[in-house]
Amino acid sequence: MSQGGGPAKSDRRIEDLRLVSLTKQFGDHRAVDDLTITIPAGSFFALLGPSGCGKTTTLRMVAGLEEPTRGQVFIGEQDITRLRAFQRPVNTVFQSYALFPHLDVFENIAFGLRRRRVGNIDASVTQMLELVELGTLARRKPAQLSGGQQQRVAVARALINEPEVLLLDEPLGALDLKLRRQMQIELKRIQSEVGTTFVHVTHDQEEAMTMADTVAVMNAGRIEQLGHPADVYETPRTVFVANFLGQSNLIVGTRSSSGEMLEVLAHGVPFRMPESRNVAPGGGVVVGVRPEKMTVLDLADEQRIPTGHNSLRGTVTDVSYTGVSTQYLVETAWGQEVIAFEQNSIVGDRCAVGDPVVLHWAPEHTFGLDPAEGLSAGIDPSVLELESEVDA
Amino acid sequence: MAPVLPVASVAPAPLEGQKRSSRSVYLLLIPGLAWLAVFFVIPLLTLFMTSLQKESATKPGTYVFGIQVSNYVDALSEYWPQFVRSFVYAGLATLIALVIAYPLAYFIAFKAGSWRSLMLVLVVAPSFASFLLRTYAWKTILADEGPVTSTLNALHLLPDGRVLNTGIAVVAGLTYTFLPFMILPLYASLDRMDYRLIEAGGDLYASPVKVFSRVTWPLSMPGVVAGTLLTFIPAAGDFINAELLGSAKDRMIGNVIQTNFIEFRDYPTASALSFVLMAAILILVFGYIRRSGTEDLV
Repeated sequence: MSQGGGPAKSDRRIEDLRLVSLTKQFGDHRAVDDLTITIPAGSFFALLGPSGCGKTTTLRMVAGLEEPTRGQVFIGEQDITRLRAFQRPVNTVFQSYALFPHLDVFENIAFGLRRRRVGNIDASVTQMLELVELGTLARRKPAQLSGGQQQRVAVARALINEPEVLLLDEPLGALDLKLRRQMQIELKRIQSEVGTTFVHVTHDQEEAMTMADTVAVMNAGRIEQLGHPADVYETPRTVFVANFLGQSNLIVGTRSSSGEMLEVLAHGVPFRMPESRNVAPGGGVVVGVRPEKMTVLDLADEQRIPTGHNSLRGTVTDVSYTGVSTQYLVETAWGQEVIAFEQNSIVGDRCAVGDPVVLHWAPEHTFGLDPAEGLSAGIDPSVLELESEVDA
Repeated sequence: MAPVLPVASVAPAPLEGQKRSSRSVYLLLIPGLAWLAVFFVIPLLTLFMTSLQKESATKPGTYVFGIQVSNYVDALSEYWPQFVRSFVYAGLATLIALVIAYPLAYFIAFKAGSWRSLMLVLVVAPSFASFLLRTYAWKTILADEGPVTSTLNALHLLPDGRVLNTGIAVVAGLTYTFLPFMILPLYASLDRMDYRLIEAGGDLYASPVKVFSRVTWPLSMPGVVAGTLLTFIPAAGDFINAELLGSAKDRMIGNVIQTNFIEFRDYPTASALSFVLMAAILILVFGYIRRSGTEDLV
């Protein structure tokens, strides 16, 4: 990047964004329920959740486009809850961009500066166009741009105002997969160059995990879990998170011994996990493990399982080869289907449908969840529907 | 799927089909063109011929073929005040209609929610009653002893002490008559607009007034142009409102054309006036569209 970097990386201090008991009620429906979080200055924060979980409503309340029913929004020490959208030091990259169709790229980007009567607009816009690599398209109308270019104009139009917080509302949703990957990297680069706080709303868990340094998984107006993407993924704290963020195998059991290593008996099979990875308050525990943590072994090789590992016997019901990995569906003795991913790095034959196998994994890869939620929370309802149809 | 055939034997078939379909597209135009020829082009030519006729030397009061351009000069020199008045009245009515229609269309497009359909029906509903009947109703509403006039008089707002048989009544009638033609195109263009553009304007530090002048208004320009044209053009040629609601001093060019045709049977003058009106409107509209620059909008 040219020296000087983004125009926003000046000496100004960026402040934390704080939401305090933020609540939004639409009639009977509580879209956002008593949300309290602090988003540290300069972080790339992702609000992740299924559609209707309240993430966009939260974003719109920060932008000033929706009035909270209760609660406050702070930037640093300043309460901005009652400020109108145009008075807030916050800018938004809208879903499908909302570029002004009657203005060219240059004027779209200059819009905010002109409204605030900032001097030297030409230089700022030119610098911004460089940052998003659109220098040659300044006089084009939005309709003459590709999706990826429009997306970058939308980012530039918001960022040029040096907001305290940049809000991104599903900004990559309209792009195809390849372009989306490219823009994810681009957005991360821009963020690290300008240093502004980015709050990114998305329903794409992969996008959230690649881009953000903090992910908040939202469900039904509340935050289920918040943390570094790897922590949230490795140690989900609710069934919803375990299912929504990636895939999980969940087996219901009961606590059979306590101590530093907790043991859970499920369908007669013992599973062990560190007590620190269990959040179930009572005797009932949902044993969880990610599919890629499990190793698939032919039953004949059972003695090769390292001591202390959890293991589970079953019969292969489906094998799908996906290039990088192979996905196995394994039916347990009690009829539950478990999914396991195996990297395609082994030499020799893979297991085939009908083979008796044993799955094993480290106790440190096991997590324990509260069974009160049920086992299907966080699974796309359309997937559940499909499954019940297949069963029928 | 159809079986795969050798390319050479398949390729010509769709080409032929395409040719045939493009020819039949032109066939589709024939009914419209025929209608236009019979009911527009031919009458227009007849009208033009009539406008150049001269009075018969043998039978006074009847007109024969001729090329008497002075018909135009005479008509214009005699009736130019009515021309000017027509455009002033139509212009005023258009402006007032725009001021009334824009907020209403904005409300229906963005704020009406589930009331939207009902409100649109209400906009059109008056058209279910006859246009003539509605104008007669205005006669009653604006009558000298009626509630409107007495209220305005009580407030000392009327210089002449009356509304009916003044220019005010004519402009009010024109505004009322053509208001739906202003509301509907405005509504259509606002409804097509993405509301997020208005939000984006606010997000980018534009106050509500600025959002309107920089985003909403320019983007609704196609609706504004269509609405003003649909109001101005028929209003400039209207004669019913001036006939029923105005006095002899408020006559518009439509009234002049009507009396020349029906009462004086001076067909050349009436035809010449019709032609001048058409030409004047065409020139005005053309200049207006070019100035408003709507071709630049998406």
